Amino acid sequence: MTPFDYQRIPEAAAVPAQLTPTVRPLAGGTDLLTRLKACLDRPDALVDLKASDLGRAIDRVDGGWRLGALVTLSRIQHHPGLRADVPALAEAVSQAATPQLRNRATIAGNLLQRPRCWYFRNERVQCWLAGGEGCPARSGRNEHHAVFDTDGPCVATHPSDPAAALVALGATVTVLDGGGGERELAVADLLVPPTDERRVEHVLAADDVITAVTVPSAPRSTYLKAMDRAVWAFALVGVAAAVSADGEVRLVASGVANTPWRLAGAEAALAGPGLTPEAIDRAAAAATDGAAPLAENGYKLPLLRTLTHRALTAVA
Amino acid sequence: MLTLTVNGQPHPVAVEPRRILLDVLRRDLGLTGTKEVCEMGNCGACTVLLDDEAVYSCLVLAVECEAQEIETVEGLARGQELTAVQEAFVACDALQCGFCTPGQILSMEGALRRRPDADEAALTEAVTGNLCRCGAYRNIVAAAGRVAATSSGGAG
Ligand SMILES: Cc1cc2nc3c(=O)[nH]c(=O)nc-3n(C[C@H](O)[C@H](O)[C@H](O)COP(=O)(O)OP(=O)(O)OC[C@H]3O[C@@H](n4cnc5c(N)ncnc54)[C@H](O)[C@@H]3O)c2cc1C
Ligand code: SF4
Ligand code: FES
Ligand code: FES
Repeated sequence: MTPFDYQRIPEAAAVPAQLTPTVRPLAGGTDLLTRLKACLDRPDALVDLKASDLGRAIDRVDGGWRLGALVTLSRIQHHPGLRADVPALAEAVSQAATPQLRNRATIAGNLLQRPRCWYFRNERVQCWLAGGEGCPARSGRNEHHAVFDTDGPCVATHPSDPAAALVALGATVTVLDGGGGERELAVADLLVPPTDERRVEHVLAADDVITAVTVPSAPRSTYLKAMDRAVWAFALVGVAAAVSADGEVRLVASGVANTPWRLAGAEAALAGPGLTPEAIDRAAAAATDGAAPLAENGYKLPLLRTLTHRALTAVA
Repeated sequence: MLTLTVNGQPHPVAVEPRRILLDVLRRDLGLTGTKEVCEMGNCGACTVLLDDEAVYSCLVLAVECEAQEIETVEGLARGQELTAVQEAFVACDALQCGFCTPGQILSMEGALRRRPDADEAALTEAVTGNLCRCGAYRNIVAAAGRVAATSSGGAG
């Protein structure tokens, strides 16, 4: 780790104006510190959001819930109201990481964590996403990589479980910028594939701070996850299914693309709100429409169809 | 200068912001019960309590903990009197080499701080973030059962 300053700013509203590409916000630190230790990031200073009055509350709001950016995954996991009203989110956080990490990890930090691609995480490799050229995963070891949208420059998967659940639930984030402006953004629009000019998986600028996550109610929702061991592993494939207040069914997969991946083919195959056994069979079969797996990850396709089937059956 | 409160005692330490809590506990304060293995959140050996919650001390900066209560395995027993979790680990032979044990014990202590009547399932879940390379898992789960039996016995 290279040396850096540590800053506390009591007023959260004053934080964005202090941020720059080398003065970065620190939340639970469970992703940021792994990156600093590997010298993937070398900030001049960290601003500890926990030392500010940035939101920590879990509030009931009209039609759903508002979570302060600093709400930890543990608090979501153990919150009876969230477990009953947005089970997809509670199930996603409960299966993410470990109890010790969940005690520290915040919901905003979880959305902004960086990919776990083993080339990207290796400081001796300067792949495209790390600012270099070429993607060694494409022709190298790619068993954990993407199966959708694989003709882009990067085939790393988004590592977050809660992100897939939040997209399925139609959640939004509130963002405060360095000029004092506030905007509301769907999680689906926050997380986007990296481009040549913006080699990161989200659209936030250096001086943007997430202040809250707003989650619409969906008692009929779930998140299922396949791992290579029973706990403490990133998703090989995960599937979130949610029935919204107006009866729309949304299906979103993790572990299959640069971002949470909307299973549009499967949603279309449902052809209406009735989750009959036949409709569920059709949707599960269509879950892998458009997939283009790499050399080592074709195993993800049957996992995706099976989890889609189970998730739809659970919310039917 | 930074003051860390560890096991109820204030400890003034002079550390750079980049120093990790685990490292400060072991090297500056000599509290070597907290173990250092992966340093990346992949093993659980470094688990401590921070304001009653189990966390990996390898992924926390010492400066972040200034206003918090840090507890390590050295702070659990009162003289010769072990905590219920420590007693259960001894009674159930829940260790072989013992290297993962401080972390396992603090994880269960954390679950009890959250819910003093934690059941066996909650105490077992609490150690899902602690690897044991000796494979003492069966006896660790037995210890969770013993703690649950005594804690609910005590409450009821
Ligand atoms: C061993 C291990 C296993 C894991 N397994 C899983 C898993 O199975 N599933 C899963 O979903 N995750 C997993 N994770 C990732 C973990 O959940 C994330 O590291 C955590 O959620 C990040 O939250 P944090 O508060 O610690 O963020 P930090 O590490 O503090 O920050 C992450 C990033 O977000 C930025 N940031 C944080 N808060 C804000 C904000 N409010 N506004 C703007 N920027 C912000 C930081 O600058 C940083 O770039 C795992 C992590 C480890 C180490
Ligand atoms: S998949 Fe993305 S992160 Fe991994 S090596 Fe390729 S460009 Fe880098
Ligand atoms: S040393 Fe902290 S989790 Fe391994
Ligand atoms: S007892 Fe040896 S590592 Fe667990």
